[in-house]
Amino acid sequence: MNAPVIAVQHAAVGYDARTVLRDVSLTVTAGEVVAVLGANGSGKSTLIRAVLGLVPLSAGSVTLFGRPLRRFRQWERIGYVPQRLGAGGGVPATVREVVASGRLARRGILRPPGAADRAAVDGALRAVGLADRADDAVATLSGGQQQRALIARALAGHPELLVLDEPTAGVDATSQEAFAGALREFVDGGGTVLLVAHELGPLRPLIDRAVVVHAGEICHDGPVPEPAGHHAEPDHDHVHPHCPDEPVGLWSN
Amino acid sequence: MELFQYPYMQRALIAALVIGLAAPALGIYLVQRRLALIGDGIGHVALTGVGAGLLLNRSPVLVAVIVASLGAVAVELVRSRGRTSGDLALALLFYGGIAGGVMLVGLSDSTPSNLLAYLFGSLVTISPPDLVTIVVLGAVILVLMVALRPALFAVSHDEEYARVSGLPVRALNMLIAITTAVTVTIAMRAVGVLLISALMVVPVAAAQQVARGFRATMTAAMALGLFAAGSGVWVAATANTAPGASVVLMAIASFLVVALGGAAWRAVRRHRVPAAAPAPEPHEVVLESS
Repeated sequence: MNAPVIAVQHAAVGYDARTVLRDVSLTVTAGEVVAVLGANGSGKSTLIRAVLGLVPLSAGSVTLFGRPLRRFRQWERIGYVPQRLGAGGGVPATVREVVASGRLARRGILRPPGAADRAAVDGALRAVGLADRADDAVATLSGGQQQRALIARALAGHPELLVLDEPTAGVDATSQEAFAGALREFVDGGGTVLLVAHELGPLRPLIDRAVVVHAGEICHDGPVPEPAGHHAEPDHDHVHPHCPDEPVGLWSN
Repeated sequence: MELFQYPYMQRALIAALVIGLAAPALGIYLVQRRLALIGDGIGHVALTGVGAGLLLNRSPVLVAVIVASLGAVAVELVRSRGRTSGDLALALLFYGGIAGGVMLVGLSDSTPSNLLAYLFGSLVTISPPDLVTIVVLGAVILVLMVALRPALFAVSHDEEYARVSGLPVRALNMLIAITTAVTVTIAMRAVGVLLISALMVVPVAAAQQVARGFRATMTAAMALGLFAAGSGVWVAATANTAPGASVVLMAIASFLVVALGGAAWRAVRRHRVPAAAPAPEPHEVVLESS
């Protein structure tokens, strides 16, 4: 049961001349819910993008379900929830059409969708509370509802691992609750979660372990750090540094 | 109407209808990935192929398919690398393409009117073998674009998600690039390289004014493309106007009708159903971009 789902060893990532991650190692085992925390520009999003092979590693290795990333083919075991839905060129798409993309990893590109695909899409829409918006254009949804559509897309493929990039950034409270509910259901079903967050909000009770990234390195790996003082207030705008030597302020990287 | 008794007019009509159906089926993916004008650029490149074909005494359409496909693959490589100099590379390719075409056509024995036929289309000179090429390639494009819609939609909508879904993203992108080149080349005989993009883009632009979903947009765009092609050829035959230009103007007219009609319908519906005030959206303060 405790086989590593994700194993990152001494990974380094650089864009052009800039180093974003250096010597990062991280293991996530089956059934764990791990949050990657960190300030803006700390490299936390880059870390999960490297795990998924969306940015190339300049050193180190990533293993998914026991297979090196380069030879990993079982993408149907992974559900990815990006930060936000791209605007695209303005061609409308219904919520159902977007969520149905989540079935492609399982179905392949040549087989037309069948009853199992439709049932999975309906189930995922219900899980995030968007069943009544299924045939609306996704552009008419609020930001939070769009984010829920993206998690439904990931859930529709019935993955074993969910990877979420800032799922609750800028999302209204109702959507955050719906989001946390859908995630809890997934975790109760034995799923593994790796998520990047700036602020945990209603997701906090679900998190088993927190990994704090600072300046391209992991500086904490263990229990979720307790917010203290005015940081603990529910309406606190969470912009403080997560590591002692990090410069304070929203705009400092 | 008796003009359509002549075989050359029948061929013109069939060719226009096939292209009217196939061009928007491909164009919707181009619009979605913000490459609405790529058809125009590939058309420029195809002209070099036409020139080379005329010079070498080979089928201009065939050589143009090859040259335009190479150009489209080059454009796709530049696009997927995401280099900032991408648009400059495209400019070099496009203007090189049209200049090369004009020069090569000039070097060949053909007359200037021959160049005009490719620049602005020449539906009524389509020969029976030309028609077979157009129908076969058009059918292939149509089948691919409709059958692979879920995958092509996923790649055009969210390329990173498609990669994490394990889709063959590079192969699908190449398929769209090469299909664009083929569509441009077969449409070249109908509306000309300078007007091809209109048939790929304008029906899609019209359809997305009123449709809510991707599939609905695609169906409506293909219907509008078919209508523009048919009515355009009919106008050209009755009023003796240039067929390519007539088809494109009919497409633009249908865009205006659909856009105005859609706006009017929405206004009427809002007026009739004073729907409950929309729930106020919470502020979406997005402070981060890590």
